[in-house]
Formats: sequence, C-alpha cells, structure tokens
Amino acid sequence: MTEKTIYLDNAAATPMRQEVKEAMDPFYVDVYGNPGSFNSVGHEALQQVDEARKTAARILNCAERELIFTGGGTESINLAIKGVAFAKKKGHIITTTVEHHAVLHTCEWLEKQGFEITYLPVDRCGLVTPEQVRDAIRPDTILVTVMYANNEIGTIMPIPEIVKVCKEKRVLFHTDACQAGCSQNLNVKELGVDMFTLNGSKIYGPKGVGLLYVRLGVQLEPLVHGGGQEGGKRGGTENVAGIVGFAKALELSQKEKEQENTRLIKLRDYLTAGLLQHIPKAVLNGHPTKRLPNNVNVSILDIEGEALTLLLNEHGICASTGSACTSGSLEPSHVILATGLPYEFAHGSIRFTMGRDTTKEDIDKVLEVMPAAVQRLRAISPYNLKLEEYISKEEQQAMMEQYTKVIVQ
Amino acid sequence: MSSELNIIEGESTPITKPAPATHADVKAKVESKNWFYTDIVKDHFFNPRNILINDADAEKLEFDGVGMVGSPACGDGMKMWIKVDKKNDKIVDCKWQTFGCASAIGSTSMLSVMVTENGGVPVQKALELKPMDIMNRLGGLPNRKFHCSVLGDKALRAAINDHFRRSGQTERIIVEGARIIDPDLKITDKDIEEAVLDGADTIEKVQHKLKVGVFNKSCLPAVEELIRFYKEKYFG
Repeated sequence: MTEKTIYLDNAAATPMRQEVKEAMDPFYVDVYGNPGSFNSVGHEALQQVDEARKTAARILNCAERELIFTGGGTESINLAIKGVAFAKKKGHIITTTVEHHAVLHTCEWLEKQGFEITYLPVDRCGLVTPEQVRDAIRPDTILVTVMYANNEIGTIMPIPEIVKVCKEKRVLFHTDACQAGCSQNLNVKELGVDMFTLNGSKIYGPKGVGLLYVRLGVQLEPLVHGGGQEGGKRGGTENVAGIVGFAKALELSQKEKEQENTRLIKLRDYLTAGLLQHIPKAVLNGHPTKRLPNNVNVSILDIEGEALTLLLNEHGICASTGSACTSGSLEPSHVILATGLPYEFAHGSIRFTMGRDTTKEDIDKVLEVMPAAVQRLRAISPYNLKLEEYISKEEQQAMMEQYTKVIVQ
Repeated sequence: MSSELNIIEGESTPITKPAPATHADVKAKVESKNWFYTDIVKDHFFNPRNILINDADAEKLEFDGVGMVGSPACGDGMKMWIKVDKKNDKIVDCKWQTFGCASAIGSTSMLSVMVTENGGVPVQKALELKPMDIMNRLGGLPNRKFHCSVLGDKALRAAINDHFRRSGQTERIIVEGARIIDPDLKITDKDIEEAVLDGADTIEKVQHKLKVGVFNKSCLPAVEELIRFYKEKYFG
C-alpha cells in the first residue's frame, strides 16, 4: 500500500511549494509585528507586505494601491460583486450559469436584496459569447462577472472580447481568475478588466489568501470594516506570512508558465485521447482546445463518479467528480448540466487536474487503471445506456474528429 | 441536528461512528487511503457479495422475484433478485446490481447478506428490515448517504412484492405506503413521515435523508406540504 500518490486534483488545491513555505516561515515567530505599528518590528513586517504587493503589481501590471489582499478567492469575489452592488445600491448584474458557487451564491443572495441578475447560458463546450453579453446589457447594468477559466471543465472564456463589449457599453467587468493563475495571461491592462480575482491555494501558495485587483476609479464598498488596511477596502491586520507566500507563489508560477503550459498540454491531450480510446461511452466535457492546460474532464455512462473516484483512490490516484454523491446538496455538477448534457453524464463525470509534479508515468498509470475500474463498475451496474440516445452519432463523430485534429497538431 | 449519526444499539456488529461528511475533497500525500466510510462499507464496496455479474444468469438461476428502484438520472439505481424457499417461506438467495456511489453499492451488498444469512431469512422478517438496520450493520453511513440504505431496502421490497405477484399471493403484496411522492425513487409519504420523526424538519434535511425530489423536482411542493403536515402532527 506504499504506492505513490498521484495527485490529480490541483483545481481543488495545489500543494504549496517548499520555496513558498520557506518565504513564509519567518513571519510566524520571528517577524511578528503588526504592519500598522509605528515601531521597528512592525516596520519590518510592513516592508515585507509592501514588497509582496510590489511583486504582485509587477506581474499584474497595475499600481500597488490597486491591489487588495483578502482571505481567499471566495472573499475576493464577494468583495468585487457585493462591493460594486452596495456602492451602486441597485441595478442589474450579468454572470454565467457555470460560475463557481462563490459567484453564483453571491449573485443569488443579491437577488434577494433586490438586485436583478442575468445568468447567461453556455454552449456545449461551456463558452459564452461576447454577443450574448452585449444582448444582455441593459441601461441599469452595473457589473458583468464572467470567470476566466472554469474550475470543473477547464473552459477558457473569451475575456478580452467580453471586456471590449463592456467597455463600449461602459459597464464594469470582473473576472474570477482563480483557475487561470498558473497558466493564463494575468496582465490586467492587456486584458482590460476592472476587477480581477486570484487565489493563493491554486497557484502553489498558501490557502486563505486571495487577491483582488480593483482598477483605480472603481467605486467599491468594503465588506469588512476595521482599521483601514488595504486602502480601507478590507479591514483587519494583514496576513503577513500569507501575503508574502502568495507573492512568492505567483512569482514562481509566472516564471515557469510557458514551459509548464507546453508540457501540460501534451499530457492533457495524451490523457484525453487515451481515455476516449480505451473507455467506451466516454465523452470529453469542455472545449478541446480552449481549455486549461492541466484539465481533463470526461463523463462515462452507466457508472457513478464517486464510486470510480474511490476505486482510483485505492490505486493512489486522487481525482474529483461532479457526481451528486460528493456534493453537499446531492445535486450533480451544475456546470456539466449547464453544457446541455443530461444528469446521467453529470453523475458519471470525473475530473483530473494535473500539476507541476505530474509526469507521463502518472498519466500512464491512470490510463492503465481507468479502463479496468470502469469495467468493474459497469459489471455491477444494472444499466447499459446507449450513448447515441443522448448524443447523436454525428455529434460524437464531430467531437472525435475535432479531438483527433488537436492531438495530431 | 448534529452532523453525527443516530445509531440504534443492539446489533452484534461493532458500531463505529463515521467521520462527519463535511468535506469530500481528497487529501494529498497521505499514507493511508482514507475515505469517509467505515471499513465495513469499504469492504463491501471493494468485495461486493452476491453480485449478479451476467444478466443471463438471472434466467438460469430461476429467481422468484425481481425489483428495481432509481434511475441513472437520479444517480442511484438498484436491481435485486430473490429466490424463495416456498415451503418454508424463506429467502434463500439474493443477487443484485447497483449503479451508484460506494455507499449505495455497500448498502445493497450488505442487504443481500442480511437476507440470506444463517440459511435464509423468513420473508416476513425481511419485510421488517429497516434502512437503519442496513446502516447499523455497515457501521454507520455519513448523514447524507442515508438515502442509499433507503434505496436498497426499497429494491428488496419491490423484489418481494414481485415474488408475491408471481406466486399468486396477491393478498401479501404491500402497496408502498399510501402514495408514492417521488416516482423515480419510490419515496412515499411514510418515508417522509419517518424522516420528520427522525428530526428532519426542513426540506433540505429531508432531502439529505431521502434524496426525494433532488432529481424529480415536480414533487417538491408535495414534500414540503407533507413535512409541514407531519411536523404539526407530531411536534405541534
């Protein structure tokens, strides 16, 4: 049982880098001061927070005072959406049906407070179009919030194109970039976004630290009132170690971004092709090319994702599922349902999200274990569903062809 | 309501409390392959007893009753076959197939053991089995997995009814409660009554127990109405 752990759940949490841990270590016991204190111990802490902010500002290509450190991605998202809503007091917000619950539940709560929300539907690949956003914008629209990349199916949204529409219509735009931190363009000036959320625990940094970029001039009501920290937008003594760790993690992941992307895309396509080839009645969720380099998500008919995840776990493979059985609500993945696939596909979905440590050997192991695990569950399943009853032969063929093209390239 | 399970005493199997099912994310760099199930559930998941691997065997084995509950859209589906020693009115064999999570598979496997052990269980005794009995034998199930044992129990009841029908014992057929509320999962008003009595006083809590209306949402108004009715009836 001393098999190596093959961790393929990096969309849930990335392991913290050793360098990040080392950068954080001094700030627990040795440099304990409050950055807000007017003394040397406090000053030392302040300098390090300033340094970290500088690093993050350089990477995001923004001013330091445009950055707010928070208690995580969820808090950043809450601050961006509620902060704008409270500043404007009323109005209409546009988002998509595939957002993370941090966005969806925030929007649903605002609906109860009297705001109106439009949830844009996505296509089979999980994409919204700039035209959809344009059509949804109304005179009273105060904010558009669309995720950069989807946490479940890895689909990358056309952010610059959506931003263009929002700029034309003079509507604020926020993107939840939590899943995009390691692999995508984080230059907020190039992207043109007004607000931008990042999360430490998805970039090999610490949990419980998030970042929110807020373009100068954007009116934002704070959610946490206190001692005026973070430009008065987020009260509370700074999480010095966390902020230092966040900046370190961001810096390191940016350095190896291109190289890692190239490496991971190869592995991603290798894994996808292998799964689709060796497992009958399996379909890829998300987009074949407009997807995160580390994300593979497939739905397999006749079986249930939690049982499959448990079988994989026995082989040391850690994956995730959109099955209802692992969700607190007993509802299966809202993302897979939003792409138009029926419940059967959501229950049988499995997500592999690779990371820095993932090797080809790991993927080979997954490809070795998966077909047998699926076969085992199918053997005890009373169902034998027909894929063509859900997805037409033509659509299946088109998907496979499109995918084969990707692999050949 | 606490996140821990209510466990009925008096079973011979040692009962261990399961870990609270608050977080399903997989842990990294762990030595053991911990999950949030008891060892008994895991054992029945990895080594399921009495499975019917090949549908063709169902013919060969000449079963007396077959029952099915759930659907692939619901996320759980169970099919159960039973063989009855008619002279002694005992279940002597029980085979099954399950689509679902580890606890659904574990529940059906355990149930198939429970109705066939010690040379077979009288049909009447099998009908008296409660989902809670399956759960206890499994050493407990996480709270939101309780519905798995409910489904196993329902598949067995459906198989026994089928046996009654086939053998002409129509007077013994048990019509499920008074009425079925969720046709996909065969959840009845009686199931909802039991859930309310067990402390589930909101639709969310009842859904965690029974999964009722999670897929088939059209029954939700009826479920809410029943919760209100039973709450008033029992708790004023």
